[in-house]
Formats: sequence, C-alpha cells, structure tokens
Amino acid sequence: MGWAIALHGGAGDIPMDLPAERRQPREDGLRRALEVGVSALKSQASALDAVELVVRELENNPNFNAGKGSVLTSSGSVEMEACIMDGSTKNCGAVSGLSTVVNAISLARLVMEKTPHIYLGFDGAEAFAREQGVETVDPSHFITVENIERLNQAKDANRVQIDYTPPFQAANTKDTAVPEGDQIGTVGCVAVDIHGNLATATSTGGLVNKMVGRIGDTPIIGAGTYANSFCAVSATGKGEAIIRGTVARDVAALMEYKSLSLKDAASQVVKCAPKGTTGLVAVSAAGEVIMPFNTTGMFRACATEDGNTEVAIWPSL
Amino acid sequence: MGGWAIVVHGGAGVDPNLPAERQEEAKQLLTHCLNLGISALRSSLPAIDVVELVVRELETNPFFNSGRGSALTEKGTVEMEASIMDGNGRRCGAVSGVTSVKNPISLARLVMDKSPHSYLAFSGAEAFAKKHDMEMVDNEYFITEDNKGMLKQAKEANTILFDYRVPLDSCGAGVESPIVMNGLPISVYAPETVGCAVVDSQGRCAAATSTGGLMNKMMGRIGDSPLIGAGTYACDLCGVSCTGEGEAIIRGTLARDVAAVMEYKGLGLQEAVDFVVKERLDEGKAGLIAVSKTGEVAYGFNCVGMFRGCATEDGFMEVGIWE
Repeated sequence: MGWAIALHGGAGDIPMDLPAERRQPREDGLRRALEVGVSALKSQASALDAVELVVRELENNPNFNAGKGSVLTSSGSVEMEACIMDGSTKNCGAVSGLSTVVNAISLARLVMEKTPHIYLGFDGAEAFAREQGVETVDPSHFITVENIERLNQAKDANRVQIDYTPPFQAANTKDTAVPEGDQIGTVGCVAVDIHGNLATATSTGGLVNKMVGRIGDTPIIGAGTYANSFCAVSATGKGEAIIRGTVARDVAALMEYKSLSLKDAASQVVKCAPKGTTGLVAVSAAGEVIMPFNTTGMFRACATEDGNTEVAIWPSL
Repeated sequence: MGGWAIVVHGGAGVDPNLPAERQEEAKQLLTHCLNLGISALRSSLPAIDVVELVVRELETNPFFNSGRGSALTEKGTVEMEASIMDGNGRRCGAVSGVTSVKNPISLARLVMDKSPHSYLAFSGAEAFAKKHDMEMVDNEYFITEDNKGMLKQAKEANTILFDYRVPLDSCGAGVESPIVMNGLPISVYAPETVGCAVVDSQGRCAAATSTGGLMNKMMGRIGDSPLIGAGTYACDLCGVSCTGEGEAIIRGTLARDVAAVMEYKGLGLQEAVDFVVKERLDEGKAGLIAVSKTGEVAYGFNCVGMFRGCATEDGFMEVGIWE
C-alpha cells in the first residue's frame, strides 16, 4: 500500500548504444520529473495534482516529444494533444490540435473541470485556452532545431515516422545532424496517492511528419490514457495500434472482468499488441507499479512509498 | 447459427411527446435504411461496406442529427464527426470537425483506407477530403430551419448546463420533471446521432457512427462518436455503435466494453449489452446497438426511447422507438 508513481518519456526502437550525450539529458529529465512527483505525493498532493505536475515538467523539457520539443507536422507546425483522467470519479479532459498553449495537460484539466464537455480540439480548444487565461506563446516556442532536422529527414525518407523511432538516416551514416538514437517520445505519468486515488495523464506532439489534423491515441480515453478505481494507465508507442487495441482500458478491463492482477493484466495487453508498437506505465490502487513494453526500450521511471526507485531505458536484466 | 444481421439507430433519448407524424417518419426512414442494408447483404457486400452505405443514407436524410440536419454549434455552424471500424483486422478511421464534406462517414472510411493514420480532424480532415475529391458542399447545406429553431431554444434553455448528470430524474416523463439529456430539455435535444452495426454472412462484423454532436456545443467539442472504443467498436466477436450523452459514453468506454465483457467474462451479446447499460453508464443516459459474429442483434438503452431497427437473415425484422 502507500503512494506510488510511474512515468514515461516514450517507447520505441532505442538503440542500446545510445550515446551518453543523448542518454544523459533524458535520464536527468526522468529523474527530475520523478522527484517532482514524489515530493508532491509526500506532501499529500492528490494523485490528480501529482500527474499533472509531472507531465508539466516533462512538457517543459525539450528532450521529450510534448510541449516544447514536440515533433513537427508535415507542414512544419506543432499540433499538441493531451489527456488527463481521475480514477476515483472517472472525470476526464482531453485536448488536440494545440499550437500555442505552453502546457497542454493543464488545458486538458481545465476542459475536465470548467466545461460540460470532455474533449476540445483545434481552434475551439485554443479559444478556450484564451478564455481561461492559460499561458500561451508563439508557436515557434515549441519548435527546436533538432525537430526541424528530424522533419527534413522524415520527408527525405518520404514516410511518417512513429513517435518514438529514431530519425531516419541513410544506412551506416554516423555523422548526420541528428544521430541515430536521438530518442524522444510521448510523455505520461500515473500515480496512486495515500488515499488510494488513482490518476493518469499523457501528453504528446504526435508523430514526426504527421498529416495536419492527425489525432493519435494520447487524447483518447481508453486508448492512450485511462484510470478507474482499479488502476491508472498511460500508454505510448504507435498510436494507431494503441487505438485499435484500446490498450489503456484493456489493462483495467482485464483486472475488472477477469480478476487479473495489475502485472498480469498489463503484461497480457503488451504481449498481445503487435511487436514494436506498445509500452505503458501503470499503477494499481494497492500501490503496485508495472512498466512493460514490447519495443527495444522505453524511457521510464517509478517510485513507491516503501523506497523502491527505478530510472531505466532498456529491459532490466 | 450464423447468417447476416443488421441493426441501425437514429439516437437514444426521445421526447415522449414527439408528434405521431414525426414518429411515423422516423420509422419509415429506419425501415428504408434497413432495406437498403438488407439488399446489400443479400448481394454479399462485406459488413464494412454495408455500414458505410446505411450511414451515408442517414447522413443524407435531414431527419436525424448527422450530415444534413446536424445539430448546430453555439455559433450556429455545423461541425460533424464520424467513425467506422472493421472487426476484420480491427482497422478503423475517424474524423472530427468536418464542415463541408457531404458524407463524413465516407471520409472516415477514407482515413482508414488511404491515410497512415486512424483519425483526422478539422482543417486537416477537410484538406484530406479535398485531396481525394470527396463531394464537398457549403456549410449551409447541413443547416436546416428546424435546427436553427432548436438552437434558439437551446440558448434560451440556459445553454448547456455545467453538469448535466446532477439535476434531474429522467426516465419518467411527467410535466413537472421534464426530461433532460445533455443538459437540454428533451424537446430541444431531439435530433440525434445515427449508427449502424452489421455482421455479414461470412461472420465479419463492422460498425459506423456519425453525428453533428450536441445542440449549442462549444466550437471544437469532440464527443464519443468518433472515438474508437467509446461510440464505435468492432472486433471479431461483435460490432457496436452507441448514442446518447457523449461524455458518459466516453467515460464508460461503452462500445469496447460490450466486446470486453464478451471476451473476458464470456457473456452473450444481449447479456453484454444489458451489462454495459446497467454497469458502465454512471448517471449518464445512452443507448447502443450491437451484432455478434453468430448473427445475433441486440440493443439496450436507459433513457426514454431509442430510434432503432434490426433485421436478421432468418426473416426477423423490427423497427421501434419505445421500450
């Protein structure tokens, strides 16, 4: 029992020889975000507040594909999306198509709390952000040099990259502007507080070179994000596979309808998903944590009240 | 067992005082759509083509809330959404914020078939439609005089209540406690989402849902209809389309849960439908239709009435509004 928290910064084909200068800032980012979450939970913050805080932290870190550092659409713009869900009430909020809102996750929370709706997208979501007075900036704020390069490479390769794949590069070139393994991914966080309340939050810039208007799994309740009284789940990977697998809801459904443990439910969902498509972090009401993936790696971190802490990228031995 | 089956809906939550001629008109339209689907199934069209065909017909007819006849946003415009899913391979496509595509369900199908994505929205969805030469019309085409009147009434009815789940005891008519759905009196809410679920004679299931959304909705509001697992879902076991209070359907992941309780609890189709209506809707009002791969049809709702019709290969056919 007690509180527990887990977070991710994207799952995908992360090469085992990821250079230290690429690995380190991301590990640091995960560690810092974990600290933010742990100290919130220790000071009695609700799970819902903790996941929002952690995802804000990850959105503000340009090393991850959410907020600043979001990957670019085929027209070079940023379209961010996010989703938050409170497991005890099953209240939820989601946003898509944001181009100026600094913290998409906080706008999702406002949709949940201040509108009769769950999900707002594009111009309507931007107008709501202005009405609520949340921090907005010029869209160029979110665009990093690395992501411009990544888009150019994707266009050269004439394909849509999934949100966690390394930038495409010609075989064996070691000196492209963005070296292989410059992994970035969707971010997410799940937590259970000392009262057993569960919450989840996920935020993303989507796919490199995605079509303008593309919506992925992240903002869809039951796909990328889901929480109820059993567990809280945030998924990452190939959005289209996660949507069709209703991945986040299925972890909860297996616990609810088949009485599986969190570990068995989450493992089964990830195992049944097509290889190389899915990773997730999940916590249960009892304070268990699991972070399975069927990709090469997943940037992830977790901590529990009894003192276990982990920050990792590749499978643990 | 086996054989094809089809079920179609024109929304859940019907004004008990709906004039008799409107009821008759609804039944005729549902019958017409069923017959369209039946003859397609008899000509061996796959389930995915049949659901698209039937929903196109419902979109084109202004009676229900999809395509022409869609509910209006707070600004008086139309923003439509739709999704389609083929249980065979669990392929899916969805669109939101569509303002000038004549048949949003066919755009959702195009997203499934011709884009690397599952879901496109707003200007990106419109651009994709143009690129593929879909039939486009002015936004005005979708706006009916009836709905302009309804929007005015909705605004007068104090707009969308902040939390529609709290106030009223519905399901029980009566003049003193008017029925409210989605925060609006049922008489205003009248125009409703459409959907279709089909299993073909080869046991392939598919589902499709299309809507204009809520009357007087905020610009940019996305409901359950385009969300896979919420408003629409199909897999190798069943096909499901939901309608009603979108936010309750989203929270309940209603369409996926019909399949999930069949898969994980071993329930039959009608049991699964009854289970989710009873256990998964918190205080929300909604209805849903479903088919199973073995050729069964089922529906369920927890509000006053649902426009629906169903037919199976062995000759069963039913069109109804009330319980």
